[in-house]
This record gives sequence, structure tokens and C-alpha cells, in this order.
Amino acid sequence: MKNLKLLLAGTVAALSFAGSAAHAERGTDGDLKILFWQAVSTMNPYLSGGTKEVYASSMVIEPLARYNEKGELVPMLVTEIPTVENGGVAKDLLSMTWKLKPDVKWSDGTPFTAEDVIFTWKYCIAPDGGCAQAAQYEGVKTVEAPDPHTVKITFDEPKPYPYSAFVGAQSPVIQKKQFENCVGAKAPGCTSANFGPVGTGPFVVKDFKPNDVITLNANTNYRDAAKPAFATVTLKGGGDAASAARAVLETGEYDYAWNMQVEPEVLATMLKAGKGVLVTAFGTQVERINLNHYNADPALGDKRSTKEAGPHPSLSDPAVRRALSLAIDRDIIDEAGYGEAGKPTCNIVPAPEAVASTKNDSWCLKQDLEAANKLLDDAGWAKGPDGIRAKNGVRLSYLYSTSTNSVRQATQELVKAMWAEIGVDAELRNASASVFFGGDPASPDTFQKFYADVEMYTNNFDGTDPEKYLAEWLCDKVPGPENGWQGQNIPRYCNPEYDKLVGELSKTADLDKRHELAKQLNDMLTEEGAHIPLIHRGSVSSHSVTLEGVRMNAWDSELWNVADWSRKK
Amino acid sequence: MFTYTLRRLLFAIPTLLVISFVIFALLDLAPNDPTGDLPLTIPPEVREQIRASLGLDQPFVIRYLRWLQQFFVNEPLNIFESLTGWQIGDGERMRVLSWATRSPVVDLIVQRLPQTLWVVGLAYLFGVLIAIPIGVISAYKQYSIFDQIGTFLAMVGYSVPTFFTGVLLIVIFSSYLQWFPSVYDTNLRVTDVSSFIAQVKQMALPVTVLALFNASQITRFVRASMLDNLHQDYVRTARAKGVKEKAVLLVHVLRNSLIPVVTVIALGVPTIFSGAIITEQIFRVNGLGQLLITAVQGADIPLVQTLTFIFAVLIVFFNLIADVLYGILDPRIRYD
Repeated sequence: MKNLKLLLAGTVAALSFAGSAAHAERGTDGDLKILFWQAVSTMNPYLSGGTKEVYASSMVIEPLARYNEKGELVPMLVTEIPTVENGGVAKDLLSMTWKLKPDVKWSDGTPFTAEDVIFTWKYCIAPDGGCAQAAQYEGVKTVEAPDPHTVKITFDEPKPYPYSAFVGAQSPVIQKKQFENCVGAKAPGCTSANFGPVGTGPFVVKDFKPNDVITLNANTNYRDAAKPAFATVTLKGGGDAASAARAVLETGEYDYAWNMQVEPEVLATMLKAGKGVLVTAFGTQVERINLNHYNADPALGDKRSTKEAGPHPSLSDPAVRRALSLAIDRDIIDEAGYGEAGKPTCNIVPAPEAVASTKNDSWCLKQDLEAANKLLDDAGWAKGPDGIRAKNGVRLSYLYSTSTNSVRQATQELVKAMWAEIGVDAELRNASASVFFGGDPASPDTFQKFYADVEMYTNNFDGTDPEKYLAEWLCDKVPGPENGWQGQNIPRYCNPEYDKLVGELSKTADLDKRHELAKQLNDMLTEEGAHIPLIHRGSVSSHSVTLEGVRMNAWDSELWNVADWSRKK
Repeated sequence: MFTYTLRRLLFAIPTLLVISFVIFALLDLAPNDPTGDLPLTIPPEVREQIRASLGLDQPFVIRYLRWLQQFFVNEPLNIFESLTGWQIGDGERMRVLSWATRSPVVDLIVQRLPQTLWVVGLAYLFGVLIAIPIGVISAYKQYSIFDQIGTFLAMVGYSVPTFFTGVLLIVIFSSYLQWFPSVYDTNLRVTDVSSFIAQVKQMALPVTVLALFNASQITRFVRASMLDNLHQDYVRTARAKGVKEKAVLLVHVLRNSLIPVVTVIALGVPTIFSGAIITEQIFRVNGLGQLLITAVQGADIPLVQTLTFIFAVLIVFFNLIADVLYGILDPRIRYD
């Protein structure tokens, strides 16, 4: 008996020793089970710009540098982030030089060199390839390799913020050897390469079932011999957000589930089971209501919402635009539809902190019906017998469109009720997301055509620099028939002063000055009522309490540090 | 009978061609876009390039003819090559490619078939096996307590949607009791006893949901058809001749009653292949139903076109089978 006890004690000791040592060894923590309720279609993010593909592939292929959870750049395949100070970025801002880590290997054991980086750029810009991430390489003139471990990027014109090509989960480096014969029109034909790219990341694709499940093994050639802690990853797809949340929070079948777009109260009940937790990260997504600056009267037919239709009869009045914003109680909308996944905002650039303005928070964040009513009274919009304000026969009655989505429809109802209190009427309408965001020039229901007075959706920008994003509100970016409805200035806002300031931003290299200019531009848009920012939306995911090392990231892939994840002992 | 079958098969060809054209035209007219699901951070000019790389910049007729060629010439040739190992021409021909995965549509379908046939097919089989005895007893003992309960359950099974019963079963058996998994593992291979048990366990809930739904539909047909026959003269004659009650019921009445039921069951077989969109989605079975719905949502037109066309072929084919079966089972019906 005594011997048995001793034996048991010995086994326990041995086990606990093994447990503590496990953290420093590759593949000791078994299988990591991840659930994406939108299934992954391919592992090549250059062929599909979808978020789910970008995230899934980020476990296998890596960019030169990534953003961490604070939005700071961290080197992945390079020794340091090039800046003007360390000489990595040329003083004239026309070129930058990345120094590759010397002994990084692809998962097939061959060395990772500058040739692969150059090839990745050529692959994406090849004509007829339909590269979904082509925007990441915009403005890149050449990519060269002075030596096998140095990459020099030259730009067409000075780039004050050069971190776009090969930075972030959207532009990872792919292997030249594997994709050499898959350039341009041949790209879709390389099914096995697209489903199982050779990478430098912590995992390698073992089996890929498109739109269903991906099985990955730990990469035996990963540069950190102690990582990843998990031996395999199973990434299952399909279903809906609520049941994905249940599989992590209630039944505990899965370790991690992405994108919990579920009503706050439903999540709260599931959390009571104690099997998992929610993690939130705030990036740059803002749910906003765009105010149409052009006339959207259906009587105008094809001319509506174009320059020819002329200014909007009531929304062109700054007082009306300001009053519509004042009448909205953002706290209620946030509580009802977003919970942990949102916070009220008055900015279109809500993050990172350095560029987030607080200037308009004082008047805009809190609902002020009295001020809104007074503004309209003073501007001459008087209430008619039906309680709706009008002036010179123009009634404040708006067509309010958005995409079909339960949270959006609930928000529409709330805003309609709030506007009713200041004598503004709204007719609600919604279109299926694939139509609304589809951009089909033949469809009247796309958000670009904006055949409505006001419309609501979310947009954001990649990375941490808002320059390109703020340039969307330039006068020449107004969508219309002449450019096939392709502009991004959806509210049809046009202010030459704004255009001038954007021009200044594109020439400024000093970071503090850039932040200052970005804030100014953001404030201009809010103050002049180009749109009404509503909610700063975060991404919410859930993970099991037994999973350690998750650092929720809104600036890069959520799985950006999957190499560091481990099982709690 | 043979000439009838042949004639019907020949008639099917123009029918199917028209169907394929109608599907293609409908999909083309639908205001849907394969780049619609992409993040808004991808600029419009890049979207235009993506659309061009998918061939969307070509005129409608060209795209339709190209699909016809890919589906009716290239794909069969490809199957022929992989079966025989012979190579025809240079072996390089454009297959029907899905826009979302950029992989051949036929491969996707082949990959999805096993789980759909297992789950949906088994549920159909169980449904039939449950439905026939219940229908027979319900009709034989019309208005008895058994009949009342059977009718009630059939009504409930038929009118309560699968998205409710599915989630209900998950909440009870997966969340609360933790007996069965709520997520179907398509990677599971049955190699030994334990993996077989795991397979049975993961199939239990979706098969139950679908079997209940199928059974409640078919049991009503069986009952109604049995009732029709029970009051026929030949039944009275059989009884008067002194045939045993069991033989009257199971040999005379049941056989005659099954004629219309068999037709209904045959016509229902194509729905097995089209999967069970909702149930597959709830349990993440990821079979053909889930493939179709994700393709519809993502505007993956080649995939939707090919899948719906294959369903159309199956429906036409099983209609023919039902008609032929009818003739075989019922000597009164002759086609020639």
C-alpha cells in the first residue's frame, strides 16, 4: 500500500513536471479547435479578399511585419521596422529597405529569400490575375533585391506612410517556387497551391475542405523551435454566429470562435455556463448614417443623387444636418444592438488613439432634443398639422435605407422614433447585403447609388494610417454615372478646403503633424455633417477558459499570434 | 414500356436545356455580385479587376455557351479520363470553377456527397420506416387513441420547422445533457468501433430532426391511401372468402395502398441530394445544402448554376422512375 502511494506520488510529480515543461516545447498541447461561422473558401488571400480567408491564411503565410493588438508594427520576417530615423526609409520618402531575418525557412525546408518577396509583388500586380489585395501595392514602382536578404521598395511618388506592401495580414509573402506557374490568368487553376500554400508561419495545411474544414499541423521548420504549443489546428466553418458562440461558451466543444455578432443578452446567458470568455478589440469600424448632399427625389429618375439633380432640398441646410445628429441618443442604440461590441462615437476616424479626436464629443455624444428643435425652429422649419416640419413646401421626410441585418433594422426603428421627436419623418427600407454592397451598376439598391436621403452602414480602413481613407471624401470621388458609380465619396460631400487639407496630409511626413491633420479632417466631416457617426464597432470573439495567450487584435488578423497560444495546465 | 422510357428520356434533353438556360438567365438577372461580400476597404477599381478575372466582363451569351461547353463536354471528358486513365487531347481544358474557392465545382460536389447522403439519406430511410407502420395502424384503427396521437404528432412534426427542433435538440442533448456533439465532424473516418460510435453520435441529432419531419409527411400519405383501400369491395370479398385479417391488411390492402406512396417516395429522393439546407447549417454537416446556400449568399454563380442544374436532372430522372414504377406496380396502367 505504502509503495503504491509512493508510486502514485511519483507519477503525479512526473506529470506536473511534464506540464510545466510543455510550454517550452512544440506540439505538446494537442489540437486547437477554431470555429468560423462563415466557412473559409481558400487559403490564398490574394484570390479572395474576404476577412475569413485573410485570417485563416495568417496562420500559414506571414507578412514582413504585422500590427500588434495596440496597432504598433512588429517585425515578423525582418530584423527591424524601417524608419527615416534608422535609415530604412529614404529621406526623400521615395524608397524603403527591409532587412530579412537571415535563417527563416519555408515549411518545405527551403530558405526564405528576397526573391520570394519580389515574386509576391509581381504575382499580385500581374494583369488578369484579379488580385484582391492590389490596393496594398498601390504606388509601388519596383521591388528589388540588392542581396538575398534585403528588399528595396521604390515608390512612384514620396510616401509619407510607406507601410502597406508586405505589411499586415492582407499582404503576406508567398513562395516563388510554389506559385511560379500560377501568375495572372493561371492563378485560379493552381488549386492545390491555393488551398495549401507553403508558408513561414507556425502551421502548415494538412487537409483543406473548401467552405468546410481545414486541418493544419505545426510547422516543423518554424523559426522558433519552442512554438507553436499546439500540434494541430482544426478550423471548422459553417452555421451561424449564435450556435458558434454556444459551441465555445456553453458546450465547450470548441476553443475559439470568431465574430460573435449575437444580441448582447443572448451572449450574457451563454456566458453563465462559465466555459468561455468574450474578447473585444476596437479597430476603425464606424457605423454611420450618410446624409445625401444631392437630391434623391424618385421623380428625378436616373438623375437622382447625381450632380445634375442639384443639392438636396432640405439636407443641404447645415441646421437640418446638425439637428438630425443632435436628436440621436447613441447610448440607447449601443445598448440595444451592440453591447460590449460597440461604443458611441462622433468620429469617422475613431482609432488609433493618436488620431482620435475628442473635439466634437461635447455637443454631439449626448442627445439634445431641445437644441435640435431650436435649431430647426430658427432655420424656419415649422411643424405642420401632421407634426412633420416643412419649409416652402419641402417636408423633412426621409427615405432611410440600409442592408438587411437584425441589428440595423432595430437601429433604424430607434432612429426613426428619435427623429419623430424633432418633427422629422423617416421611411425605412433595407436591401440584402449582397445587393446593397454588391456594387452592380444596374441595381438601384446599391449603397453607391444612394437612391435614398440617408443610408446606414459600416466602413473602416486597414492598418493604422487614415490618409487613404480620409481621401475618400474628396470632391472628385463622388460616385455617378460618369465613373460607373465607383467613387467612394458616398455622401457626395464636397468642400475645396477639405480637398486642400487632404493634399497637405499626403505631403506631410512628420507623424505628429499627420495626426493633427487627420483629426482636423475628421472634425470637419462631423461638424459639416457629411455623415452622422453613430457607433465605434469592435470585433468580438470568444475563447475557452482553457486557452491561453489570446491577444485580441483589430489591426491585423485575430489569429496573428496563434504561435503563442497554449492550453492552460 | 421500353419505348415509353426511351421517348421520355429523349424528351428530357430539350427540357433540361431549357431549364439550364432559365437558371442561367435568372442568376444573371439577379442583382447579386461576387465581390459584394468583400470588405469595403477593397477599392472599386480592384473589384472591377476581380470581376473581369471571373469572366464577368463577357456578354451573357458567351458566358452561357462557355458554361455549356464546360459542363457537357469538359467535365464528362475529365471524369472519363480519371476513370480510365486515358488522356484525350492535351488534358488541359477549362473546368467549371467556383468563384469563391476557385476550385472545380464537380470536386466540391463529390466532396460534399458522402455527408449529405449519410445524414439526409438515412433520415429519409428512417422516415419511411417509421411512417409506414404508423400510417397502417392509424388507418386500420381509425379514430382510435393511437390514430389521434399519431395524427397529432404528424401535425406537430410537419408544422414545427427544423430550425426550431434542431436548436431545441442541441440545447437539450448537447448543452444540457452533453450526450451528443452539436457540430458535425466531416473529417471523421470510421475505422474502428470507437470512431463508429462517434459517427453514430454525431449523426443522431440531425438524423432525428430530419427523420421526424419526413416521417410525419409520409405517414399522412400512407394513412390516407390505406383508408381509401380499406373500404373497397375486394377487401370485403377477401374477408368473405375467409382470408385471415392479417393477410387482408398486409397483403391485399397494404400492397395496393403503397402504389401512390411509392410514387411520393420516389419523387422525394431528389430532395436527399439537394441536402437539407437548414438542418445542415444548424449542425454544420456542411453537405450539399450548405454548399448551395453559401454559394447563393456569395453570388458564386457557376456553383449555383451547376448545383441547381444537377438537381433539375435528378428531379426529371426520378419523375421518370416514379412513372415507370407506377406502371410496374399497377397492372391496370400500361403506357404502350
